Order: sequence, then structure tokens, then C-alpha cells
Amino acid sequence: MLDTALMISLALIVLALAMNVYRLAIGPDIPDRLLALDTMYVNSIALIVLLGLWLNTKTYFEAAILIAMLGFVSTMAICRYLLRGDIIE
Amino acid sequence: MTFYVIAEGVIAFLLVAGGIFAFTGSLGMLQFKDFFMRLHGPTKGTTLGIGCVLIASMLYFTITQRELHVQELLITLFLFITAPVTGHMLAKTGLHMHLRFLTSTRGSVPEFRDEDVGQSRVARPAKARHPWRSRQRRRRP
Repeated sequence: MLDTALMISLALIVLALAMNVYRLAIGPDIPDRLLALDTMYVNSIALIVLLGLWLNTKTYFEAAILIAMLGFVSTMAICRYLLRGDIIE
Repeated sequence: MTFYVIAEGVIAFLLVAGGIFAFTGSLGMLQFKDFFMRLHGPTKGTTLGIGCVLIASMLYFTITQRELHVQELLITLFLFITAPVTGHMLAKTGLHMHLRFLTSTRGSVPEFRDEDVGQSRVARPAKARHPWRSRQRRRRP
């Protein structure tokens, strides 16, 4: 049961990542692409956690924490740049 | 034995629910017509989906390795705190850049009455009088 659920979840999240890549490619404006990139960060965290469940290791959670923090900081930095024209004033 | 079966069912349910929520969030981001509509999908659906997946992972490692495993809870807490902040900043960026939006999502301008704007006195309902206490107050002066 757990293997089937893991496969279903992996398939759904890979499909979600494919849709994010499509939106990143066709996004008409810059904030659309930024939103797609932020969602891709979150979905890649899910993918890493599922990989850790599949391989039954705890090694990858530090990578997940790093991706979460760097994704937030980079999104905020690009938002600041688009809003104010400067990141740190 | 029964405990492990129930725990496996709960973990499988959380995994599938997380996948469905993440898929729905990305589908909303792909399908909606407007940036401000597109912002709704990832900030709510994807965040809930990732929370479900992380809690499933936490339960799995807590049960199989027989020790408390709270790193996933840390990631979940961080994502749940930062997702609204990111959504707020992205919405501010969209408003700042004057993106196009559907006019049907704008809604109607609220109509203010005169007392809301300050043009006339605020109409307050008269206080309900208590049958005998109000009589006592009148007697005092």
C-alpha cells in the first residue's frame, strides 16, 4: 500500500513540476515566471522528501531545508528588485 | 500488528492527499487567466500539499526507526510561515507593475453612506432602558 501511494504521489508531483515548467516558459510577465519558480522550489522539496521515503534514508532533509530557505530568500530578493529597483537600500 | 496497518493507511492517505493538493495548486497556476487569480493556487494548494507530504514522512520515520523525528516539522513550519509572505510580495509586485487583470474580478465599488464618510452624524440606536435602574439614575441628581 505504501509503495503504491508513494508512486501515485511521485507521479502527481512530477506532473505538477511539468506544469510549472510550462508556465515558466509561456508566462506572459515577470511575476508569472517568478511565481512558477517559487512553486517549483516547493514542489522540488516534496520530490526530495519522497526520494528520502523511497530510499529509506534521512540524508536528504538538510537539502530540503536548504532549498526551502534559499527559495524564500531568492524570491524575496527578486520581488524587492522588481518593486524598488534595489535589493538592499 | 493492527497499529502498523493503521499507521500505514494514514501515511498512504497523507501521501496521496499531498500529491493531489500539489497537483491542484499547479493546475490552478496553469489554468487561471489572470496573474492575481494564478496567485491563489500555489500559495494555498501547494503549501497544504507539501505539509501533508512532510507530515507523512515524519510519521514514517518516527514509526520505523523508533525515535522522534521532527526535522520535517521544522520544514513544514518554515514553509507555512513563508508562503503568505511570498504571496503578499508577489501580489505587491503585480500591482506595482500594473499587470492586466480581468475586469469581472474587480467587483463593485462599495457605496458609503453619509455618516461613514463623516458628512453627517452617526446614527446611534437609543440605549435600551432597564426598567428600574434608569428610574434610580434619574432620581439621583
